[in-house]
Amino acid sequence: MNKKKSKMKQSFGDRMVGVSCYIIFSLCALVCVYPFYYIFINTISANDLSARGVILFWPQGIHFKNYLSALKIDGLFRATFISVSRTVIGTVCTVGASAFLGFMFTQNVWHRKFWYRMLVATMYFNAGIIPWYLTMMNLHLTNNFWGYILPAIVSPFNVILTKTFVESVPRELQEAAEIDGAGTLTIFTKIMIPVIKPIMATVAIFSAVNQWNAFQDTLLLMTDTKLYPLQFILYQYLNQASSLKALANSSGGGSSLAAAAATAQTATSVRMTVTIIVVVPIMLVYPIFQKYFVKGIMVGAVKG
Amino acid sequence: MGKKWTKKQKKSFQLFLYILPFIALVAVFSYYPLYGWLYAFYDYRPPKPFSEAAFVGLKWFKSLVENPVKVKQITQVLKNTFAMSALTLGTSWLPMLFAVFLNEIHCVPFRKFVQTVTTLPNFISWVLVYSLAFSMFNSTGMMNTLLMNLGIIDEPILFLQSTNNVWFTQWLWLTWKNLGWAAIMYIAAINGIDDELYQAAKVDGANRMQLIRHITIPSLLPTYFVLLMINIANFLNNGMEQYYVFQNAFNKEYIQVLDLYVYNTAMGSGSYSVSVAISMLKSLVSVVLLVGANKFSKAVRGESFI
Repeated sequence: MNKKKSKMKQSFGDRMVGVSCYIIFSLCALVCVYPFYYIFINTISANDLSARGVILFWPQGIHFKNYLSALKIDGLFRATFISVSRTVIGTVCTVGASAFLGFMFTQNVWHRKFWYRMLVATMYFNAGIIPWYLTMMNLHLTNNFWGYILPAIVSPFNVILTKTFVESVPRELQEAAEIDGAGTLTIFTKIMIPVIKPIMATVAIFSAVNQWNAFQDTLLLMTDTKLYPLQFILYQYLNQASSLKALANSSGGGSSLAAAAATAQTATSVRMTVTIIVVVPIMLVYPIFQKYFVKGIMVGAVKG
Repeated sequence: MGKKWTKKQKKSFQLFLYILPFIALVAVFSYYPLYGWLYAFYDYRPPKPFSEAAFVGLKWFKSLVENPVKVKQITQVLKNTFAMSALTLGTSWLPMLFAVFLNEIHCVPFRKFVQTVTTLPNFISWVLVYSLAFSMFNSTGMMNTLLMNLGIIDEPILFLQSTNNVWFTQWLWLTWKNLGWAAIMYIAAINGIDDELYQAAKVDGANRMQLIRHITIPSLLPTYFVLLMINIANFLNNGMEQYYVFQNAFNKEYIQVLDLYVYNTAMGSGSYSVSVAISMLKSLVSVVLLVGANKFSKAVRGESFI
């Protein structure tokens, strides 16, 4: 982006290019932002208005009762707890494992090349979700919180990321410590970790987002509602909402329609409120991401 | 073996012991499931343990091409998979174009803003995307309200239940989610282009479109090529999450891609063995595609991407 503005006067064609770019990208930005804005203004508007779909551009009848009543929704608190736990525990494990393995794969480990290839190969094939599910069942990791954590600990992408970073650290740093008699583990904890913090942050962000957003593993592994994370609860609300809609559309009217409309009204507000609750943590850490993920994706582009 | 290990060897083996627990995790969660491919050759019915299942040889594989109902289903599933992957492949140049023209915006705050908000959708889950889609496009959603207010329609359109253009709308959602993120790679590549090239071309009187056509795009083509090869290798791997959350009784016929079909066959209808047979074939074809794309890349650019 270091292109300097040309001092020459721009031609008409060049100016047209510029103007169309502004228009097109403004539209792109609008398309990406508006859905979030739309849901947000609906959660703070009067519920009967938002259920009728009349809130389009600005909130009306502003209130925050939806967020207060969300606190009382059965299971929502628990689901938040599960989501937060898996995000925190999962991220800590993945970051630790990636940093350690990324470092170890630069050391003189017995048959290092073979183990490294064995790990990287898993990026390119997988047995399929059903064999994976059957494996998890055999290991008693279905309906078990650790089913969220254990499979995610070693991720080849993250290990490649850290390994590439460790390789860019001057070798002398480690050699100096070796001369002083430091063991491999000491070198890792005392010398390496402080140096590779930026890449650990990148891994942490990727891993936290993955854990927070994960849905498929719950779908496959968990039938115990106590272990449902927020994403899954939201999906259930959406499912209910779409069947309610189908009901309201198909029933011929009369009292059943009114009843369906009343249920739909709370359903709509609950669904939208939960959506905002699920999206807010992502929005909050997003500014921090940005600094790191460009770096991350670029290092990742260099093959391992 | 009988030789005594030197001190160095001893140390390297000790280091191996440190990473052994992690190797074990990889073995258990990535390699051990391969054993599940055996289910494709047995008649496995879930309540009964696998040890009691009867060996049926290639029965399930044969049923995929012989049983008329299955054949019809699988043909449709393959059509869906091919159509949606082809749409993605056919528009794989979009992120490059996005980056190229974003770079034409000289107002830095605006450019940063666009980049930030267009990348955001990549970081939300498919469930959330569906939630946004549902809120915007259900019968009382923003789209229907708007269209009715403008007098374009009288009755709400049930966009999400529609059987028309399922492939296209799914492609739209995928693009909405990924475009900004996919462009980042190209934006970084553009930053690496030598500024002198532009200056020299400008001195020669090139206009903006000519700069783009003769300098920016040619410099991005190597990146594009690598990503295209990766896309080809993933032709059959659409993933299931997107299609799972968007599927309903109405659009099911057109939205089932291979990954979703594998899931639905096993978890929905309980036919684990058939499902494993399909996913096994899928994995094998994917590996062939990957090796093929890599060979092609080596032949064309002299570089492999694996």
